[in-house]
Amino acid sequence: MLKINNLHASVEDKNILKGINLEVKPGEVHAIMGPNGSGKSTLASVIAGKEEYEVEEGEILLEDENIDDLAAEERAHKGVFLSFQYPVEIPGVSVTNFMKTAINETRKAKGLEEMPANEMLKLIREKSELLEIDRKFLSRSLNEGFSGGEKKRNEIFQMAMLEPKLAILDETDSGLDIDALRIVANGVNKLKSKDNAVIVITHYQRLLDYIVPDYVHVLYNGRIVKSGGKELAHELEEKGYDWIKEEINA
Amino acid sequence: MDLKEKLVSSFMAFENQIDIDSPVHDVRSEAIKTFEQEGFPTKKQEAWKYTSLKSIINQDYSVFPKQENALEYRDIKKYFIHDIDSYKIVFIDGKYSSHLSQTTHEGFDVCLMSAALNKPKYRLVIENYFNKAATKDSLSSLNTAFASEGAFIHIKKNKLVEKPIQILHFSSGDESALMLQPRNLVVVDENAHVQIIERHQSLTDNPVLTNSVTEIFANKRAIIDYYKVQNDRETASLIDNTFISQKQESHCSVHTFSFGGKLTRNNLNFFQNGERIDSTLKGVTIIGNKQHVDHNTLVHHIEPNCESHQDYKGIFGDNATGVFNGRVIVNKEAQKTNAFQANNNILISDKASINTKPQLEIFADDVKCSHGCTIGQLDESAMFYMRSRGIPEKEAKALLMYAFSNNVLSSVKIPEIKQRITKIIANKLGVNIGFDL
Repeated sequence: MLKINNLHASVEDKNILKGINLEVKPGEVHAIMGPNGSGKSTLASVIAGKEEYEVEEGEILLEDENIDDLAAEERAHKGVFLSFQYPVEIPGVSVTNFMKTAINETRKAKGLEEMPANEMLKLIREKSELLEIDRKFLSRSLNEGFSGGEKKRNEIFQMAMLEPKLAILDETDSGLDIDALRIVANGVNKLKSKDNAVIVITHYQRLLDYIVPDYVHVLYNGRIVKSGGKELAHELEEKGYDWIKEEINA
Repeated sequence: MDLKEKLVSSFMAFENQIDIDSPVHDVRSEAIKTFEQEGFPTKKQEAWKYTSLKSIINQDYSVFPKQENALEYRDIKKYFIHDIDSYKIVFIDGKYSSHLSQTTHEGFDVCLMSAALNKPKYRLVIENYFNKAATKDSLSSLNTAFASEGAFIHIKKNKLVEKPIQILHFSSGDESALMLQPRNLVVVDENAHVQIIERHQSLTDNPVLTNSVTEIFANKRAIIDYYKVQNDRETASLIDNTFISQKQESHCSVHTFSFGGKLTRNNLNFFQNGERIDSTLKGVTIIGNKQHVDHNTLVHHIEPNCESHQDYKGIFGDNATGVFNGRVIVNKEAQKTNAFQANNNILISDKASINTKPQLEIFADDVKCSHGCTIGQLDESAMFYMRSRGIPEKEAKALLMYAFSNNVLSSVKIPEIKQRITKIIANKLGVNIGFDL
């Protein structure tokens, strides 16, 4: 599904990623953990195609195709989805209209007709129930005045609507209370299948109790310095990151 | 001969065609004198600092179109809001087109300025209202001097006009360059309600200059919603002078949608002559190429307990230039005034520019007046957010621009106008987005 080879990336001439290697196969859940400033969000943005980030070296392959030169929307059309750590407020565009546009533009890019209105409504109803989202919420301006939890739930709702092959959840657990966390995790788990994959970026082990990873990677100073199974997350939760830093620096 | 000389010397010939005994004769004679003294405004004048008429007035315009032209409805249908039932007052090259129009005298008058100026039964209305709200600046005076045709709308007391009234001015292109000076008068009596849509449209690329004056009188508790659709070819220029005189408890709104034209100047003036008046001025401007749009607004709060709301959004691309000059005057007596003004702009090219200037003159001490203007670019993080959901760059930009204009569009009360404007914006931005905001 996703293969990252020796990825170096920078923003404004500052090197952030310094040689990332990662392979994610269909059906897998990978967690990327690490202290603040280690490059977790940068990695997510680079995979999603944010233009400010310059790929200096290495490659990102999605289903064996190099996606380095693709625009963010083209990556989305190929099935990449990023759940934002800080979803952007867009006053004047309702959640529903935003999703309609996103879905129909994706279909257009694939040479498909627009989705019929009744089908769209059905899909919206189905997916909003999955995330326990109130119908009234959908006619509000995208993310405007949403609470932290509402924003994150809305991100996963969008993921449910778009059914990506590769979903990257960037700190989706931050700002969530335990109920919202459960709803969001439940949504992600229901969407999981043997054909898609999820990368969970998180600071804390808490979310991983609900979305159970197959692999856990520790990102530190722009590199993946340790990989393991889900027990690694528990170890990190217990001991913090210092022991890893010491291991590296030793 | 320059345009000013041409106009001044045409005045005698024009007066000879019309009734010299008319009470309006003196008004016209006075007006041409004003224009002769002042001439066309130049950038030396504060109110015209950012808008030059030079390139507009150097054409050899025909000032009196000679012949009457006919157009087929099917050829110009798209310029009407045609999916709703409406009254229509249609002019071609300044002349009334009866077969394209639908006027009425049943219960209220939706008809012609020429009739109002000439028929005895309208004499009193003309005496009471004609040229009573317009200021005596040079361009309005020029229009007054030649005032002969336009829309005349008189809505009687307690009358709710259910169908909107569309005023359309077409120029056929038969003249190589044409100057038009329509004169509209709208009188809405106590407790009456009317909705009006105005549009100027040239049908060829021959230059057209329109210097229009519209006087609107809202009597006690009257409600008037006025929509100006400015989407003309980029060879046509428009100077729109609109004067609205409001009496107590009346509500007037003017929405100005400026997408087309070479040079557009909107002089929009509200005078609040009573208490508990509400005035709304809103506009969306989206232009590119070398287009120029200048909104010059005035709200004069004369009496206490009134409100005014101004909200203008502008998006400027290519080498386009914009001006917003919003003047609010609050008289000493006008206590408890609430006056709001906002002007937000987005520049989407390095060469586009906007000059925005709030001008508040407040002489009362117990008032709430606010103003704010912003100039920015499209939000990059919002762009990435939308693109990461599969919305391509062009569509994402368009969506952001819609969203930006949405505050203004949302207060449009006629859904068909909102749809039309949305469509014009989509065309303008070259996208096809399958929903209405």
